[in-house]
Amino acid sequence: MSLLEAVGIRKSFGGLLALSQVDLRLEQGEIASIIGPNGAGKTTLFNVLTGLERPDSGSIWFAGHPVAGLKAEQITALGVARTFQNIRLFANMSVLENVLVGMHCRLPFRIWNVLAHSERFVEMEEKAWERGQALLELVGLGDKQNELARNLPYGDQRRLEIARALATHPKLLLLDEPTAGMNPGEARVLMEFLRRLVEQFEVTLLLIEHNMRVVMSISDWVTVLDHGEKIAEGTPEEIQQNPRVMEAYLGSKDWGKGGVRSHA
Amino acid sequence: MNALKYLGLALFYVGGTSLLVIVFPHSLPAFLAFQSSLLLLYYLPLSPRLRVSLAFVVLAFLMPLIGSINGYYLEIAIQVGIFVALALGLNIVVGMAGLLDLGYVAFFAVGAYLWAIFGSSQANEFIPSSWIQFPLAPSWFFVFLLLGVVAGACTGFILGLPVLRLRGDYLAIVTLGFGEVIRVLANNLDKPINLTNGPKGITPIQRPPLFFQPLLEDLGFSISTPALYSLYFYFLVLLVVTAVITATRRLDHSPIGRAWEAIREDELAAASMGVPLIRMKLLAFATGASFAGIVGVIFSAKQYFINPESFTFMESIGVLAMVILGGMGSIPGAILGATIVTVLNLEVLKGLSLWLNTLRNSGLVLSLPFVGDYALSQLPAQLEPAKYERLVFGIIIVIMVIFRPQGIWPARRRLGKVGRT
Repeated sequence: MSLLEAVGIRKSFGGLLALSQVDLRLEQGEIASIIGPNGAGKTTLFNVLTGLERPDSGSIWFAGHPVAGLKAEQITALGVARTFQNIRLFANMSVLENVLVGMHCRLPFRIWNVLAHSERFVEMEEKAWERGQALLELVGLGDKQNELARNLPYGDQRRLEIARALATHPKLLLLDEPTAGMNPGEARVLMEFLRRLVEQFEVTLLLIEHNMRVVMSISDWVTVLDHGEKIAEGTPEEIQQNPRVMEAYLGSKDWGKGGVRSHA
Repeated sequence: MNALKYLGLALFYVGGTSLLVIVFPHSLPAFLAFQSSLLLLYYLPLSPRLRVSLAFVVLAFLMPLIGSINGYYLEIAIQVGIFVALALGLNIVVGMAGLLDLGYVAFFAVGAYLWAIFGSSQANEFIPSSWIQFPLAPSWFFVFLLLGVVAGACTGFILGLPVLRLRGDYLAIVTLGFGEVIRVLANNLDKPINLTNGPKGITPIQRPPLFFQPLLEDLGFSISTPALYSLYFYFLVLLVVTAVITATRRLDHSPIGRAWEAIREDELAAASMGVPLIRMKLLAFATGASFAGIVGVIFSAKQYFINPESFTFMESIGVLAMVILGGMGSIPGAILGATIVTVLNLEVLKGLSLWLNTLRNSGLVLSLPFVGDYALSQLPAQLEPAKYERLVFGIIIVIMVIFRPQGIWPARRRLGKVGRT
């Protein structure tokens, strides 16, 4: 059984057809990427998969559950987490608190436990803090847990978003342009980190990425969207040979050599 | 050694100012200095236990003592307490969860009318007296304190339901309308069934039972009944405010508080991180409203008489101003904001008006340059600060928003270890 199976996803905004009949299938433990020119519908697909947008038609199955039409928090509870293209941290909360919010749906608390400050609640909170600190160590923010999220430099904010998403204990992690704004060195470090993540957390990754060097070196499977339609899918090698893909990326002759970054 | 020095300073200040008030029971600066001793206690680097015990001494012993010398001070303290509880409740909705609520006083009205109707003969109008005779016995007051919490929470929940999808300006307008609806209902529900007695209001409202009066007399204390009621309400409010502060702090330091703040920061991101938006927003509305409900019950019992005039839009704005002044989302900020506004209102502006009056009656004649002689008895009544209280607050808020938008006492981020509440 696939971890995620989306069939015939369609989403339009007024007259604009953002997604039409898009299918997507992800296997447990793989790293998949979605590529495509700007406005191809990649982020809309993410929004539909995570419940921020409701698809007009089509069905989505995640780990055996039908999730199309569920609320975002319900889908998160089932094990789908994401980061955002334009970073959306809780700016005026501390770094650690950002991660703790991610754990919300994994903390079994009751309001009267909170009000009574029961032993069990305090214990649960302490465990949550420890886990949050461990996650921050993992992404290299261990020494910044008390800073406000908005005071972090850009690269740290990206990493905090990943830590926050991991805190929800996901089976599937959707990363929307994780290397945006990074130099090649930083992007390489992030790739290594993502590979380790897949092994350590047994998480499946789905990336939207413009950096072709990243996409081609890390992905097991690549899906190409253009104008809301899936125009190709396959292994990175297959995609690099595909004439329709080259056509979609008009004028990118040095395709596959990292030259398409201008799209970012 | 340093700790001892600070303790000495605290004791000296608290002791000195309370002596001052006792010696000069009608001196306003003395009372202000006494009140600020609590602020000093908060700021001095004392151990938490010491700080709490000193604050307890000030609030539970010195304040009632001073209040028994000058009863008006106790009245101020009660009012401050009521507004602190209201500000803390609104702070949860507006400050923490970021849901702008302009009709907050409605929940206060619900609590107040709840006890006013059943704690007076008003309920006889629509409940046959063959069933129960109203007013209910004074001891029912304590049951109604709890019912006030429940009624407030339910009203908050009901208001919350339809406005869940609204944000920002739209939410503000709907809550504003809701606040007015409650007031207009109170104003007009005297027919066809007389529920609220309309604009005439409800009186007399039953007061809580003085079950300890015989005991006090046996002990040899003879306190007049009005003074006893003042003390009674003071301790009641003190107890409720303590409970409200504890509840707010515990919620704030929990997944619930973090979820509220996440919703305030970025609703979409919060939902994506698994925060159940609807449940958390409803909880914020219900919690904030329940605080208003319980102090509403106390308010109606204390006032003895209520009518819809006590629950106007300006009251909602007043509480909101306290929250903004203190610092949105900050617990000490809300407490400080409520205290400053109430003290300014009841003490400073009124005190200045009184002073102006004494000037006018003094019969003094000033000889000013250019103007010539000016008899102080001609000072216009419009000069009285109590008359332009709103203007003063307007100016304060404008200055705050320009120069210190985060409030006097902004929320500090939670640092360090858990479980320190």
